[in-house]
Amino acid sequence: MDVVVCMKQIPDLQQIRIKERKPVLENVPLVWGDLDKNAMEEAVKVKEKLGDAKITVVALGSDKLQQGILEPLAMGADEAVLLTDPAFAGSDSMGTAKVLAKAIQKLGSYDLIVLGEGSTDNYSGVVASALAELLNLPEITYVRELEVQDGKVKAVRSMEESFEVMEAALPALVTVAQEINEPRLPKFMAIRKAGAKPRHEWGPSDLGLSVDEVGGNALSVETMSNLAPEQDRKNIILKGNLSEQIDGLVDALIKEGVLGR
Amino acid sequence: MSEILVYSDSDGTALELVSAAKQFAKELGATVSAALLGAGAATKAEKYFSLGADKVYVSEHPALSDFYVGTYAEALKQVAERGDVEFVLLGSTKRGKELAGRVAQKLNAGAITDANGVRVRDGNLEADRYSYGGNTVASQVVATPKKVISVMPKTFELGPQEAKQGEVVIVDLALPDAPVKVVERREKAGDQVNLEEAELLICVGRGVQAKEDLAMIEELARHLGAEIGCTKTPASDWQWFSEERMVGLSGKKCKPSLYISIGISGQIQHTVGIVDSKIIVTVNKDEKAPIFNITDYGIVGDYATVVPALNEKLKSM
Repeated sequence: MDVVVCMKQIPDLQQIRIKERKPVLENVPLVWGDLDKNAMEEAVKVKEKLGDAKITVVALGSDKLQQGILEPLAMGADEAVLLTDPAFAGSDSMGTAKVLAKAIQKLGSYDLIVLGEGSTDNYSGVVASALAELLNLPEITYVRELEVQDGKVKAVRSMEESFEVMEAALPALVTVAQEINEPRLPKFMAIRKAGAKPRHEWGPSDLGLSVDEVGGNALSVETMSNLAPEQDRKNIILKGNLSEQIDGLVDALIKEGVLGR
Repeated sequence: MSEILVYSDSDGTALELVSAAKQFAKELGATVSAALLGAGAATKAEKYFSLGADKVYVSEHPALSDFYVGTYAEALKQVAERGDVEFVLLGSTKRGKELAGRVAQKLNAGAITDANGVRVRDGNLEADRYSYGGNTVASQVVATPKKVISVMPKTFELGPQEAKQGEVVIVDLALPDAPVKVVERREKAGDQVNLEEAELLICVGRGVQAKEDLAMIEELARHLGAEIGCTKTPASDWQWFSEERMVGLSGKKCKPSLYISIGISGQIQHTVGIVDSKIIVTVNKDEKAPIFNITDYGIVGDYATVVPALNEKLKSM
């Protein structure tokens, strides 16, 4: 059984600072999104259960992936496909799905494709659905419990009003929610060994795409601006002893018309 | 004339989008249509007309009786290709969000999901969505001939209803059987709270260390008539609360008139869910906590003494 996990590196969200409403990304390290790690963890669990499975991690990103890819390989992926060609830079969601689809088709064999339910930075959820459409695969999203057995996938997904138990024949694509598992922390020795695992690096021409069809040259969505929202808050810290603070707070809230209506 | 096509699995959200689309259509010189899909769809037409739809496409095809994303995406594609649809506006519910990528791929379109603001700009629709985990808001336009945008519920209010006639188009769709079956549906029983509607909201964060302390916070909620929500940790790690009460990027987006944070540091993943509150109150013992930057009235102190004192005061009023 061939399992493919698609992952993306994102800037460490806790380390992004805002300067004049603009995000400062210099010196912010790239990390794997939490949901992407949940996807890898689930693939490893499937492999542990089935025994006979191969996990390929496919990642689109910058040259920093060369180092970063050790983590999913150490978690349990057997090999990696890195899509680090500069032509891919600036891909939007539809562009990412296109490149991932071509790479997965080039791998040839795939029974189960696993992604996070959204990227941890933008949470748009577009890539997985577009990828399922491109590969003409059944799709189960927001999965919190997964079972793979007898050529079938059975999954429980969490919707607004209910849990749905869904079933599909393989090959299929699933996206996982954060509550599905606790991603393992790879051990030091596993990270050292991960460097020896096979990795492929494919550019546009390996995927049968021209540079005009990928990355920033093929945007379907244009970003007009991307700024921190303006904050217009009073920033009043209540002074005095506890009872003065409480009185001050209650008076203020009554004046604001949000209490005692 | 170009057409704005609205669809959501939640009729409430779809009607909000029809109301908004009516205004967009005026500015764009477009018309508004809606897709009504699944069993009983035809009976909804009047309501959609009354809020501004010029036309509804109706299909009660048996393959639409259970929602499967691929089938619904194919239905919307076939509807969109019949008319002169330029914009597909979807509700950004969970089903709407998974639809967006599929529909966009089928229409060779770009997609923006989770928009929390949409406006007309230079003959196109510009949408706002959170980016970098909520640190920024990106304003984006779709640059393809057809455009897919999914819009968060409650982004727009329902417009006034008017007596209005519209055109009902019964569409004959060619839909395959779904390759994914729903074998069981378990209702989420118990916690039926709707924090998105709450007028007063108290949220609990990691700073609240002991579960027993929830009692004083529940008392405060009773005095105020407030609902209680939380950040990610108390819900998903400690299981003190159901997911329905998780507020933030991966939870609920709330717009209360009063929001009180207790023991919340102010990570962006939570605060995106409450930035639209009218008044923000913070109780936190760490005066450097980032939550104070977006606070109107703050008390630097231990919630375990502040909350009981506040309860006493409210009791005496």
